[in-house]
Amino acid sequence: MVNKIRRLFRPVLGVALFILIWHLLTLGNKRTDIPGPWLTLQGLFELFRQGILVKNIVASVFRVAWGFLLATLIGIPLGVGLGRFPELNQLFNPPVQLLRPISPIAWLPIATLLFGPVRWFEPSDVAAIFLIFLSSFFTITTATASAIATVDQKFLRSASNFGVKGVALVTDVLLPASLPQILTGLRLALGISWVVVVAAEMLGVQSGLGYQVNDARNNLRYDLVVAAMVLIGLIGLVLDTMMRALEERALRRRGILRR
Amino acid sequence: MTRQEAKIRVKSVSKAFKKQGQMLTVLDEVDLDVAPEEFVAIVGPSGCGKSTLLNCIAGFETPTSGGIEIDGEPLSGPSPKRVFVFQETGIFPWLSVNENIGFGLRHKSPGERAEIVERTIKLVGLEGFERALPSELSGGMKQRVEFARALAVDSEVLYLDEPFGALDAFTRLEMRREVWRISRATKKTCLLVTHDVEEAVELADRIAVMTRRPARIRKILDNPLPRPRDPDLAEFRALKDEIFEILGVERRV
Repeated sequence: MVNKIRRLFRPVLGVALFILIWHLLTLGNKRTDIPGPWLTLQGLFELFRQGILVKNIVASVFRVAWGFLLATLIGIPLGVGLGRFPELNQLFNPPVQLLRPISPIAWLPIATLLFGPVRWFEPSDVAAIFLIFLSSFFTITTATASAIATVDQKFLRSASNFGVKGVALVTDVLLPASLPQILTGLRLALGISWVVVVAAEMLGVQSGLGYQVNDARNNLRYDLVVAAMVLIGLIGLVLDTMMRALEERALRRRGILRR
Repeated sequence: MTRQEAKIRVKSVSKAFKKQGQMLTVLDEVDLDVAPEEFVAIVGPSGCGKSTLLNCIAGFETPTSGGIEIDGEPLSGPSPKRVFVFQETGIFPWLSVNENIGFGLRHKSPGERAEIVERTIKLVGLEGFERALPSELSGGMKQRVEFARALAVDSEVLYLDEPFGALDAFTRLEMRREVWRISRATKKTCLLVTHDVEEAVELADRIAVMTRRPARIRKILDNPLPRPRDPDLAEFRALKDEIFEILGVERRV
């Protein structure tokens, strides 16, 4: 118990210091200036009372979930293929590396051109989901490919010695051996997705946390702008913590991480 | 030994790798026969290519020239009939002891698999650790899991590549005896690669001494010492010295 308190002491102090500095820097500011912590907290309550906040959180999470899920479902199998067959990697790696540094936001015009007319979802949703897909797909594919390509030769030889090949080799040896690295890739990809969804929602949609930020700014309500920012940070932190927990579990199981 | 008698027959096997544009000969015309149920050790200086030879015999690598026959048939690749025992890291760290040992038994029914795993766990003395993960085990116990995984598939041949290399001195002695006991109880043909001369003399019926690279088999010695073998006996030491002398001559060349 004492240990737990001691371990938490510095992180809590760090956050407290941050809030204090924020408070001092924004002393005397009104709602239309950059707000301090107290005004921001009040803004947060106001957003909750209006009931639009939950709707906007759901909209953002929904877009990230779909884009990230699609990127995972396509990226992992593709990464396995690229990691397993060097010829395939030589063919696909150059375009992947060429597309990877392009900010997904730069794809927005193309995304609206491509998915504007789709009617199953709200049109803007498909475009945003496409951007999220792009922002996680390359990271997931690259992480998976490099993990699969570097699986310990002993594991591969053991598998071939016991006659394990084909799909069983992938599911029982290659993927479990690469899981920690793949999870790291997924965590990074989810982090990028969360950053991108907010940016994408500032451009031509009517819902989501990014829209919330933009909408508050248009009303000169900077307390609501910062309240939404705080919320974006908190949700991002929760997502990252969840992924990190999965990653650490996989590492601990393999004896790479001891705690 | 006639052609039909040999379990494993290595016929003038050579292996060369390309390294920085140059061909590097690792194995040079190696010949070796191993009889059924025989325990043969290959000793040689570190890096001489003895592991490469074992990898070729196991089917993980292909010789540049020469041939390998198993039961008189040309080797077609790795097979569960001939299992390779790696150093401790060959077992899967994401699987429990039970699951590791059962890895080669996927074609069996779950009941049969559980029964074989239980029997093998008893054989290698891992009772009570069935659900443990490799990361929770000591080096010696990991080695037992590795060994048990190989025994569970009931192979005819065991290839042992420096299997005790990562163990501390005490555990190494203990595991040596265990390997001998179990390999005899299960009537395996064993081919051991090691740089530990004492280990080879304690375990093997015959000892093949390899030269430095490019590796050839310099001499194959019979080991007539009665078992259990005591490393302090004069005959044991004499055989060890003879091997050291063969290796030592190489060092002076």
